[in-house]
Amino acid sequence: MSAVPLSIAAYTASCAAGIGRRALLEALRARRSGLGPNTFTEAPLDTFIGRVSAIESQPLPEPLQYWECRNNRLAWLGLQQDGFLEAVRVAREKYGPGRVALVLGTSTSSIGATEEGYRRLTSDGQYPEELRRPPVHTVHSLGSFVQQALGLTGISVTVATACSSSAKVFPQAERLMRLGLADAAVVGGVDTLCYSVLFGFNALELVSAEPCRPFDPARKGISLGEAAGFALLERAGEGPQLLGYGESSDAHHMSSPHPEGLGARNAIQDALHRAGLTPSDIDYVNLHGTASQKNDEVEARIVATLFPESTRASSTKGWTGHALGAAGILEAVISLLALEQGFMPGTLNTRELDEHCGPQIRLENGEGPVRNVMSNSFGFGGSNCVLLFGGARQ
Amino acid sequence: MSATQALYIEGIGFWASSLPGWEAARAILRGEAAPPATPQTRPAPALLPPAERRRAPDTVAVSLEVATRACEMAKRDPKQMSSVFASTHGDLAISDNLCDTLAKTPSLTSPTKFHNSVHNAAAGYWTIATGCMKPYTSLSAYTFTFGEGLLEAASQALSEGDPVLYVAFDIEARGPVGTMQPSRGVFAGALVLCAEPGERSMAKLAFDLSDSDHAQPSQARAANAALVEGNAIANGLPLFEALADGVERLVVQPLAPHLNLRMQVTPVVTASTVAQSRIQRA
Repeated sequence: MSAVPLSIAAYTASCAAGIGRRALLEALRARRSGLGPNTFTEAPLDTFIGRVSAIESQPLPEPLQYWECRNNRLAWLGLQQDGFLEAVRVAREKYGPGRVALVLGTSTSSIGATEEGYRRLTSDGQYPEELRRPPVHTVHSLGSFVQQALGLTGISVTVATACSSSAKVFPQAERLMRLGLADAAVVGGVDTLCYSVLFGFNALELVSAEPCRPFDPARKGISLGEAAGFALLERAGEGPQLLGYGESSDAHHMSSPHPEGLGARNAIQDALHRAGLTPSDIDYVNLHGTASQKNDEVEARIVATLFPESTRASSTKGWTGHALGAAGILEAVISLLALEQGFMPGTLNTRELDEHCGPQIRLENGEGPVRNVMSNSFGFGGSNCVLLFGGARQ
Repeated sequence: MSATQALYIEGIGFWASSLPGWEAARAILRGEAAPPATPQTRPAPALLPPAERRRAPDTVAVSLEVATRACEMAKRDPKQMSSVFASTHGDLAISDNLCDTLAKTPSLTSPTKFHNSVHNAAAGYWTIATGCMKPYTSLSAYTFTFGEGLLEAASQALSEGDPVLYVAFDIEARGPVGTMQPSRGVFAGALVLCAEPGERSMAKLAFDLSDSDHAQPSQARAANAALVEGNAIANGLPLFEALADGVERLVVQPLAPHLNLRMQVTPVVTASTVAQSRIQRA
């Protein structure tokens, strides 16, 4: 059974390049990167990061204070942008709080708070008193917090499939709605900087000492970032639509993509098939484009062989950094902005393009009619998800 | 709150410290056999080569074991099945180790420990070990993880029409993380779920969503509940108890404080289940 198109009734994203859609769009147009040198970790680590410093001076409001941690702060900042809270309130009243499902993605959720507990252990091996809040020290901290913040009471799940997490929330929500298990859904994801990912990716020799340069032959690895993004899905409505999605596994390696990108190809083809579209119908593809050696080589070859010259493609990680479990929703929002604005971002920090790149991958920003957009998320553990959005159909 | 929909269980895998393997668990849960005198630490999944079997994190070892057994019972090729992996906390032992290193000497973080720490490590290893390129997901819903994971697996089976493998697991906590999440022992269960009845159907699950005014979450019998007590995903036991008993029963699995997954579990008698029960009697 193919996917039923769903309406994107509201959407928003916040990251180092901009908080909310308008600021993000301005940064993309002005080619202003959100990346800066790492001052986040006390232990030295020579890399660039996409840090949302605003949350550091914005504690959670009183009724939500129990959930205090960096990840939930960024979630709350993200929820307050672009009229999203109001859109959810309207949906909650229309369908009932138990019929609006919540499906969010993250890779590390609030592990930053757990790391802090370990750095500040008391002499008897306990976390300091203010960190002794069990529901914060687990993966679903994100889902539990957002459910309470939005006043929802229905299905609430946190998806954790590394870098594909907050892309896979779209198909999961679509299935729930198709089967009548929910009438609407809030999807999205939040991931924040923490020692685990900074020193973990460093241990895998995947982080760059300079701002990341996706698809550059001289690329030196990824720049980590943080982001929050959300979308409200309804069955019918005006505005952009989720037309298709594709999910697959690489079945190859925990931290390295399939050498021929077989899983990624399957996901792209599944998304096109479900939407009833061909590659020439896609005007813009937001690539996973992490600036890791392997990902970019494999992804560049896939784009060069699958898409016509008329399709533009780019990685926006030079602006935002790699937001890991929040990358799916962040880049879905950038793709939706492309659809809405007829504006297609290029690729930032990259000086020239790798020999594997076809004419589709662009460095410069572009303007023009945008009918359909695709967003790629290929994760650790070989989990792939591709989303396809388009304008409302007659 | 939702229309009743049905799916069919074709295979079961199960492993807990005091219920090691489905055959043993079935007899113990029915009260026909005693649990092992000392709880076992973990199974040795045949799917992995011996060296990897020893190195595999506990979460990977138990989930691969139950996933393999469920597929064997269903006589389904793992390559052909999407999968849903559900775990409240992922690998608590690796989280402890990683957070300890990050607090003391972050530059010595192990790349292997880091990639084994991700919540989808077990699912990733499963697809790599079986060569499965179908999608998987990995999710948590804190105390509601078992039910939410099962609902996602059911939703995939019904919306796509293909069989789906469901794997739920949690392991014992170690170190300071255990002061917040005191999970005890190992609990891992797997089910092969199909939208249509077939030759291998063992039980029908007719389910709907219901608010909690209409049903309270099911509890396993006290003696059985004691065998998995303290494990973070132990509230999945009532469904396996119903499957072990092999009688029609309503199992109510909580999804949220005021929302339940209500499942009418009905044994399916087919030529193959009759043959299986003859073998078991013999």
